[in-house]
Amino acid sequence: MSTITYLEAIREAQYEALRDNPDVFLYGQDIATFGGAFKATKNLGREFPGRVFDSPISEDAMIGMAIGAAVEGARPIVEMQFADFSSVGFNQIVNQAATLYWRTNTPCPITIRLPSGGTAGSGPFHSQSMESIYAHYPGLVILTPATVEDAYWMLLDSVKLDDPVIFCEHKFLYYHLKSDGFGQGMPIGKARIARPGRDATVVTYSAMLHESLKAAEELRLDGYEVEVVDLRSVKPMDTDTILASVARTGRLLVVGESFPWGGATSEVVARVAGEAFHLLDAPPMRLNSKDTPIPYHPNLWKAHRPTTASISSELRKLLRY
Amino acid sequence: MTSADKIVTPAFNESAEDLRHDFLKALRCMILSRTLEEKLSSLYRAGGRIVGGVYLGRGQEAFSAAAGIQLRWGKDIFGPLIRDQAGRIAFGEPVIDTMRTYLGVVTGPMRGRDGNIHRGQPKQGYMAMISHLGSLLSVVAGALFARRLRGTLGDTAGATSIGDGGTSTGAFHEGLNLAAVEKLPLVVSVANNQYAYSTPNHRQYACEDLVQRAVGYGVGGHSVDGTDLLACVKIFRTAFQKARAGDGPQMVVGRLLRLGGHGEHDDASYVPDLQKHTHEGRDCLVVAQKQAVEQGWATPQDLEKWHKEARLEVDQALAMVTKEPVPDPYRENWRALSTEGLVEGQEP
Ligand SMILES: Cc1ncc(C[n+]2csc(CCOP(=O)(O)OP(=O)(O)O)c2C)c(N)n1
Ligand SMILES: [Mg+2]
Repeated sequence: MSTITYLEAIREAQYEALRDNPDVFLYGQDIATFGGAFKATKNLGREFPGRVFDSPISEDAMIGMAIGAAVEGARPIVEMQFADFSSVGFNQIVNQAATLYWRTNTPCPITIRLPSGGTAGSGPFHSQSMESIYAHYPGLVILTPATVEDAYWMLLDSVKLDDPVIFCEHKFLYYHLKSDGFGQGMPIGKARIARPGRDATVVTYSAMLHESLKAAEELRLDGYEVEVVDLRSVKPMDTDTILASVARTGRLLVVGESFPWGGATSEVVARVAGEAFHLLDAPPMRLNSKDTPIPYHPNLWKAHRPTTASISSELRKLLRY
Repeated sequence: MTSADKIVTPAFNESAEDLRHDFLKALRCMILSRTLEEKLSSLYRAGGRIVGGVYLGRGQEAFSAAAGIQLRWGKDIFGPLIRDQAGRIAFGEPVIDTMRTYLGVVTGPMRGRDGNIHRGQPKQGYMAMISHLGSLLSVVAGALFARRLRGTLGDTAGATSIGDGGTSTGAFHEGLNLAAVEKLPLVVSVANNQYAYSTPNHRQYACEDLVQRAVGYGVGGHSVDGTDLLACVKIFRTAFQKARAGDGPQMVVGRLLRLGGHGEHDDASYVPDLQKHTHEGRDCLVVAQKQAVEQGWATPQDLEKWHKEARLEVDQALAMVTKEPVPDPYRENWRALSTEGLVEGQEP
């Protein structure tokens, strides 16, 4: 199989979902003829006439519409042009989609794709990571694929799930991350040991997986073996795999790209501190972006989010404790 | 003359018999709705039985029922709002489900998880409103969209409601625009009852009449005296006929007055007495009953009989619900996902 990118995996999964299930349709801005702002739906409009629709710029109505369609048995995939704009559809996501099954016993099989995270030059409104916001609400599944394989399998699984899925795909990985194939895939809700180790555990997800792996490699040169856990899904969160790793290493650093106040990284720390305090040899640590909007200039942007260097530095503190 | 009067609605070509049938069907729904809501109001005042608020459609039954009777349970899609008790009955929701939802018993469609007007059975095409005004419009549109996609649209129509206040939400604008772009068979009822909670219209919108907005969205616009059942029945027949025929969304604006508080907790002292004596302040039920007799479609004895039957139905529903079980927190599964294996803390 020829080399395939993370973005192509997302396109391929949508292609197969459309091909295999007539109830699947795509709805989003500029996705039909144009193929989407990032080309995640390239040619799909042509290949599946009447199944891929350009929507008006109405995130609230786009998501509300998908919910109504799902009630009727369709399985819509909605593309937000950027994750940041899902804030305009926030109400439909957290109050309509997330409550539907619980309130009315009616499943809500919608997938909302959020092109997430920072890239240099994107600035405050085209760089956000929203997983922590949505994970706060009961009734949603929040996926944060970090690999080409997961982007493909988890998107296919999302469409099959009877619950609303917030699919946080990372824009930084779109073109750069490549793989030779899709492998076997892993079930949603299971974390993965991306790199085994015994001196410290890094729990992370999405693009930060790759920064964390590089940091672990740096630390190897100093003689440390750092285990890296890829959460894959922020919600549900695979506490068992996290605790098993901490049991092996006794030290925990949680790395996420979203803002530092609360969120997915805090949740990991809270669970480990609450359920496995006795396993810890050092205070659990977190590393997130800085507590400001996301800056435009690359010099600032690189210093705003966690990087290989800042993760390595935190790991050294953790290992010295 | 307002600009609303200038928007001409072509007369629906109905037989007199059809009109009589629709009118009487709507009237009986109005009577049942009023009777039910009076019971809810007194239960609220008595205290103890109803948890939470009570929100009534008093004064809006004609407008709501006239839309509801155009809908077929199991075939059409309905997303009613706060003041649609009459329309819900007309659509086919049994009175007992209202009672069950207000009393929060597990036998009701919401099983004590949600209450009062927040109820429905989405799988039956009966959407359960969330509180956020305007947000149901796109959901109803989506259900219609899916049917068209799957080739099952046929002559389905969708309907949803909004108040004067709700028309100011972004969700309403987005939803109606989307429905218009997709040219869906949707009828949107705008009950202009002059107030949004306590806020009068002049603090809500600046156009002359809400029906003017229809032009901006490219949807059909219709105006009607919401206190006049005969007029409401005619206008909704036309609107639904156009929607079903493929003319795209239709917006029907009814002028009326909310005859009561926003909820039963509210004495509506902000509504000037004078306004209650305007044309919009007439009680649509009184008007409709008068019309029925004048048209020779019902006798005062018929009306009396229908009221009696309504009281019996409501009393029986209440008696029944009183015996039904309330939710038990220890038996609740506390599960917000339908996929059991993804619920944290539970074995897959
Ligand atoms: C988005 C949103 N904001 C605020 C509220 C609180 N609220 C509930 S009903 C209401 C007034 C609604 O007025 P209108 O739309 O005219 O309907 P009416 O009550 O007059 O039938 C308000 C402000 C809400 N439900 N949704
Ligand atoms: Mg109002």
